[in-house]
Amino acid sequence: MTELNALTIADARDKLRAGDITSVELTEACLSAADAAKELNAVVHPTPEIALEQAKSADARMASGDAPSMCGIPLGIKDLFCTKGVASQAASGILEGFKPEYESTVTTQLFDAGAVMIGKLNMDEFAMGSSNETSVYGNVVNPWRRGNDDTPLTPGGSSGGSASAVAADLCLAATGTDTGGSIRQPAAFVGITGLKPTYGRVSRWGVVAFASSLDQAGPMGKSVRDCAIMLEAMAGHDPKDSTSAELAVPNFEAMLTGDIKGQTIGIPKEYRMDGMPEEIETLWANGRAMLEDAGAKIVDISLPHTKYALPAYYVIAPAEASSNLARYDGVRYGHRASLAQGDGITEMYEKTRAEGFGDEVKRRVMIGTYVLSAGFYDAYYNRARKVRALIKKDFEDVFAAGVDAILTPATPSSAFALGQEFDDPVQMYLNDVFTVTVNLAGLPGIAVPAGLDSQGLPMGLQLIGKPWEEGGLMNVAQALEDRAGFVSKPSKWW
Amino acid sequence: MSIDTETARRVAKLARIKVEDAELPALAQDFNRILGFVEQLNEVDVEGVEPMTSVTPMRLKRREDVVSDGGQQDKVLANAPDAREGFFAVPKVVE
Repeated sequence: MTELNALTIADARDKLRAGDITSVELTEACLSAADAAKELNAVVHPTPEIALEQAKSADARMASGDAPSMCGIPLGIKDLFCTKGVASQAASGILEGFKPEYESTVTTQLFDAGAVMIGKLNMDEFAMGSSNETSVYGNVVNPWRRGNDDTPLTPGGSSGGSASAVAADLCLAATGTDTGGSIRQPAAFVGITGLKPTYGRVSRWGVVAFASSLDQAGPMGKSVRDCAIMLEAMAGHDPKDSTSAELAVPNFEAMLTGDIKGQTIGIPKEYRMDGMPEEIETLWANGRAMLEDAGAKIVDISLPHTKYALPAYYVIAPAEASSNLARYDGVRYGHRASLAQGDGITEMYEKTRAEGFGDEVKRRVMIGTYVLSAGFYDAYYNRARKVRALIKKDFEDVFAAGVDAILTPATPSSAFALGQEFDDPVQMYLNDVFTVTVNLAGLPGIAVPAGLDSQGLPMGLQLIGKPWEEGGLMNVAQALEDRAGFVSKPSKWW
Repeated sequence: MSIDTETARRVAKLARIKVEDAELPALAQDFNRILGFVEQLNEVDVEGVEPMTSVTPMRLKRREDVVSDGGQQDKVLANAPDAREGFFAVPKVVE
């Protein structure tokens, strides 16, 4: 029998409703799994007391017959979400000791639906990173290893703690956030499913801001179905987020028929990169064949501005970050540097921010400051926003031509070793080459595990959908999941 | 275009992040690598293209201009590194 903590949301829901298990049992199984997995460094603020309290309420609610799908389901919550009375640091030293007096909209909705929080999960500092090595809590370790090789691998980033926790069965699913690929790249690196919804589908209120025009929260789970169930609970209009869409949230799970006959799937030629491992190419070709087998029509398409997505992102995201992170000034919350005799308020700002931010965050804040500074605004920021408009138009053109979804690799490689030195920060940025276009265009995208490479590591495929059509997109992902038959789990060493 | 240590110093100052003199050359080098990567954007013909302001075509919502929240001074100050008598306390701002 499957251990309780290894269940999917869908299976746990059925067992809970049938009275075969209780949420307390399920939650205890996750808490002990998390307790025994300290080496992964995925859970950074465990909340066992809150979890058991929530589980008891969920069981009572279940007994009264009022049980939404998420009722009693143990989740991990990325440290980027503000959770009332529980440390919420965005994995940064500058938010040391910060315990919000309020609850983010996403966690409020999940808890209202009966979900249980086992703890806060590690991540890259302020969600800036692709390897979970910029965290003040230290690196997260991927539960997967190469065959016969103990080298610790990255779970990807920035939602590396979420990825590691779900893959290692420390919780049934987790929240993630995705600004340039931070849900999809880590999902691919650990063999789980992760969805970035359409921009505006999920409220950003109470989620620590990185780049506000790109940030979107989404589910990371063990199946497409689990992501559908969890997205329904997370999504919806929120008056507290002015960019949240006033659109009804459909029953996403009901849309997962797996029938995609007659749909058109585009394969963009620009995603075939020089130096891409042959295994990724093969995976992509296999994915194409699987969707064809499911009755989809496959067409070759072109997204001509793809090459310019990463450079545009590395202007726009740092620009927005420099503005958003101006609030960390040592006055209202978090860390304040100790001051020398005669230091004034400017020294307080400068020392506080120098001590509180890590190197990658400082780098991006300063790049953002530079591209927004007088004399450079047009050359960098405005030009990047124009290129962004062209990237979005590329997608609009192919959708207008009848394409329903786009299939690409999720990442240019499988998980790499932790501690790999990059003398050039741009090398790390290339991890997001296939995912970042989706954020710039505001589209939904999903990473689905589709196979193992020769080293025994998972590899993922990405599907990109039309705005607001997460249901249709997840249905294509379901067809892919059904055919890929990915059931591998990491062997437990921790 | 190349960023020198003086420009790096000025950017750090604008960002209100203290950077030691010894660290400025390495910082300038990082800036040059990132901005060098970004230079590719100059290859794109953006003639007549409007800069994107909103990724989804939506009008920014409006609400009634009325007080909808407040009266939570304790909560607002709860996380402050230094709060006194109902205020945020900071080092001397004016001489």
